[in-house]
Amino acid sequence: MLPLDLLFEGVLFGILLGAFYAAVSMGLSVSFGLLDVPHVAHPAIMVFGSYCTFVLARMGLDPIVAGVLLMAPFFLLGMLVYRFYYEAFERRGAEAGVRGIAFFFGLALIIEVGLILAFGVDQRLVEAAYIGQSLRFGDIRIPMRTLAVFGVAVVLTVLLSLYLAKTFTGRAIKAVAQDEPALRLMGADPVRIKQWAFGIATAVSALAGAMLIIIGPVEPAMDRLYIGRTFAVVVLGGLGSMTGTIAAGLILGISESIVLIHPALGASWAPAVSFALLLLVLAIRPQGLFGR
Amino acid sequence: MKLVSLAFGLLFSALALAQQGPIKIGMSMPQTGALGAGGKAALLALQMWVEDVNAKGGLLGRKVELTAYDDQTNPALTPGIYTKLLDVDKVDLLIAPYGTVPTAPIMPLVKQRGLLLMGNFSFQVNRTVKHDMWFNNSPWNDASSWSDGFIQAGQKAGGKTIAFLAADNEFAQNLANGARELAKKAGLQTVYNQNYPPNSTDFSSLIRGIRAAKPDIVFVMSYPGESVAIVRAVNEIGVGDSVKIFGGGMVGLQFTPIMESLGSSLNGIVNYNSYVPGINYPGIEEFLKRYSAKALEAKVDPLGFYLPPFNYAIGQMYEQAINATRSLDHKRLADYIRKNEMKTIVGPIRYGPDGEWANPRVVQAQFRGVVDKNMDQFRQPGKQVVLFPPEYKTGDVIAPFEKARGK
Amino acid sequence: MKFWASLVVVLALVVAAAFTVKNEFVFYAGYTVLLYVVLATAWNILGGYAGYVNFGTPAFFGLGAYTGAVLYKAFALPLGLQIAAAALMSGLLGLFAGALTLRLRGIFFAIATIALVVIMETAFINWRYAGGATGLQLLRPPPTAPFESYIKMLFVVMAAMALGAVALARYIQDSWIGRGLRAIRDSEEAAECSGVPTLRLKVFACTVSGALMGAAGAPMPMYLQYIEPSSTFNLNYAVGALASPMIGGTGHWLGPVIGALLLSSLQQYVTVTISNEMNVLVVGVLLVVFVVAAPEGILGLAKKVGARWKR
Repeated sequence: MLPLDLLFEGVLFGILLGAFYAAVSMGLSVSFGLLDVPHVAHPAIMVFGSYCTFVLARMGLDPIVAGVLLMAPFFLLGMLVYRFYYEAFERRGAEAGVRGIAFFFGLALIIEVGLILAFGVDQRLVEAAYIGQSLRFGDIRIPMRTLAVFGVAVVLTVLLSLYLAKTFTGRAIKAVAQDEPALRLMGADPVRIKQWAFGIATAVSALAGAMLIIIGPVEPAMDRLYIGRTFAVVVLGGLGSMTGTIAAGLILGISESIVLIHPALGASWAPAVSFALLLLVLAIRPQGLFGR
Repeated sequence: MKLVSLAFGLLFSALALAQQGPIKIGMSMPQTGALGAGGKAALLALQMWVEDVNAKGGLLGRKVELTAYDDQTNPALTPGIYTKLLDVDKVDLLIAPYGTVPTAPIMPLVKQRGLLLMGNFSFQVNRTVKHDMWFNNSPWNDASSWSDGFIQAGQKAGGKTIAFLAADNEFAQNLANGARELAKKAGLQTVYNQNYPPNSTDFSSLIRGIRAAKPDIVFVMSYPGESVAIVRAVNEIGVGDSVKIFGGGMVGLQFTPIMESLGSSLNGIVNYNSYVPGINYPGIEEFLKRYSAKALEAKVDPLGFYLPPFNYAIGQMYEQAINATRSLDHKRLADYIRKNEMKTIVGPIRYGPDGEWANPRVVQAQFRGVVDKNMDQFRQPGKQVVLFPPEYKTGDVIAPFEKARGK
Repeated sequence: MKFWASLVVVLALVVAAAFTVKNEFVFYAGYTVLLYVVLATAWNILGGYAGYVNFGTPAFFGLGAYTGAVLYKAFALPLGLQIAAAALMSGLLGLFAGALTLRLRGIFFAIATIALVVIMETAFINWRYAGGATGLQLLRPPPTAPFESYIKMLFVVMAAMALGAVALARYIQDSWIGRGLRAIRDSEEAAECSGVPTLRLKVFACTVSGALMGAAGAPMPMYLQYIEPSSTFNLNYAVGALASPMIGGTGHWLGPVIGALLLSSLQQYVTVTISNEMNVLVVGVLLVVFVVAAPEGILGLAKKVGARWKR
């Protein structure tokens, strides 16, 4: 088996990576987990956020700052996308919902190709003071960029969970997921709440995009890799549960990390980990760990 | 009477020429994707050759025209592009794209159609297809020509164990297969052997795995994007004190923009190259000066040491073959190239029976004293100390690896 | 009878073209158009008739392609047997994957199909004999008489496959299987309550769909003379297979044919004249436009126009 110190490093990096995966899946947890929108384009919007961060970083902004600044315009974008989706699909009934998948798929394609046309197929990355340096803990060296992203991920996750649990709108969002007619009876407009929620999910994706390009270089087709990861995390965690998303993110991060360092498996099996995990969950316990 | 017939003769030849049109050379060249940075520089050199040849009156009295498509370093695109070049654009002659990965898929196509293909810096891509009208322009021929220098440097530094890290693509696998055999013959013990999928971006786990295996020699075979990521990962988390030398087959560390952006993280790495300042091929320095001026304008690799001279040389070989045989027939051109030594700006070139250089000239050099954000430092000899081959050697290897990096 | 007569006529025209038209590139591009007719028709059996939108096409297509390639490398198997073996392998994949995942609904099923594609791709990346991530170069044999050009032969083979797929789709559509699938699409719960064997029908549709896609994949390695995982299992096949029926119309076998002929030809034209990326953009935009504005596809629009004309 693996030597103990290598295993320890694997788990440690798995936790750091896992927090990143959890943060990246938060947006989907809201849009798909709570709102039931078949948002296959979520990773594509995140990659779009990465490229926006790239552009802002080229102008001199720190990537994390850029990510935070992008949250506002992305919030508006999210509201627009949801409104369009609602009018075109959800309103027209359940069968239209299935076509919604095709719509988001088409949207993801358009974003992907748009990025290729604007930036080319080459990988892009950002530079910052904390990218390239590492901290030493005895024999182990942890890259600063991983720590920076871990920090942002933790803050984001905590803030979002608090928002959903404590604020009025946050609880309304959870309510609309649980019992829409009841909410309507109480006088709140579920469509506006869902629109707001989708906006938040998209804003979170902007920051996730910034984290993505800090962790490593991005290229336009990267969304395909993250469809598996984000959906695996959301489904494993259980639809609608923020705690579940965090736990599932960590599980995915650690599994991938161990596969990567395992001499027999290694890098060529790593992309399949998230998808294998997803299929396993869907086969054994479709409601996930903490699902409703 | 003589004057009239001369006039008619000239008139007819002029008409004939006007109707013949240009000689069309077709190729795909990676201008984006993994090899894009190198491909752009290579293409510029080929365009320079076309301009030079046309300034001299063209070939066989006709102008030369080059059609190059971007294949994005994507092997799935090249068969379609070359089919289009042949059936839609109807080109007369072909040049292969730069690099093993985009070239591998078109080998069966050219063999099937019996076409001459000038190879462009690919590695052993004709190994299985065995096409007899293939002539590769690169300073290596087989794995031994490439890895001997690196393995010898490692053994001189006292190395007894070796680790292999290779991309799962045609180039790296060809090289890795050869190198593994040679390492065994040299008596080295393999303690780590991993392949990774192309375009991987995160190497921290793999580097950690290498460190845990405690190898003396680390032989890496990677494409540009991965080479950069590997150098960065080594810089961030270190590869361990046991390592004596690191590098060997990392493509991309010869492209000037990459050398500039990696800067001091390159120090200590021993890697292959085709040319470093100080090596005196006749005509190369004059070419590089002209190239540099054009490259600055075109915003591509301004130093142009690695690929441009070799691509210009491909043009020179076509020029000599066409002028000598006075034809564009692929068989006759192939015969000429196979049998003759041709003079180019990268020295005299003679081909072996497998379509590779008969006399390899791969350089293994160690980066030393490189500073950040400075492109001009590479113009002087000294930043890449040549360890191999003996006729160009300028120094001995500094080991262990972490010491050579100044850490 | 009219249907079969028209099939024979089309096939005759195709063969005639193969022996008269000189420019090879027409057949090279035409092969891809016909390929998408087969993929779209196959996709529609599960995705259109039953309403189970999925992205699994590359998994079946890719498995078929690799089956052909590996059998050719190992035994120099002729093309006909390669196609048969590929159909068998992908049909089996459809059977097993279907039995496992078709209990899931809607988006879950769609995501599970993406998982299937990635797992297949990863499996082949790790199989050295099939070339791994590096890929395999293959030298194809000379074309079987009376064909003189291999590409023209493949074109005719693919045309025959397309006609066969269409005949099969039509048969399923008009049979009790088709009625069952439509019932599932309209309301799966109601269908189950009425006694329709929903799971069995869905798995059947998945198997047939997979087998057709696998058969369509088998000639690919001979077409390119090269095969490698990332382009073979590329999600772009899923896009084309899904977009064509959505644009053409999902309820009738003619929909995918119209959609594929139009869309794929447009794509080939754009690739040759503009660029490779633009053609993906064209598909994405058309898909979104049709899914939003014309859910019944071109056939649906034609019906509406026809109805208005009758007034």
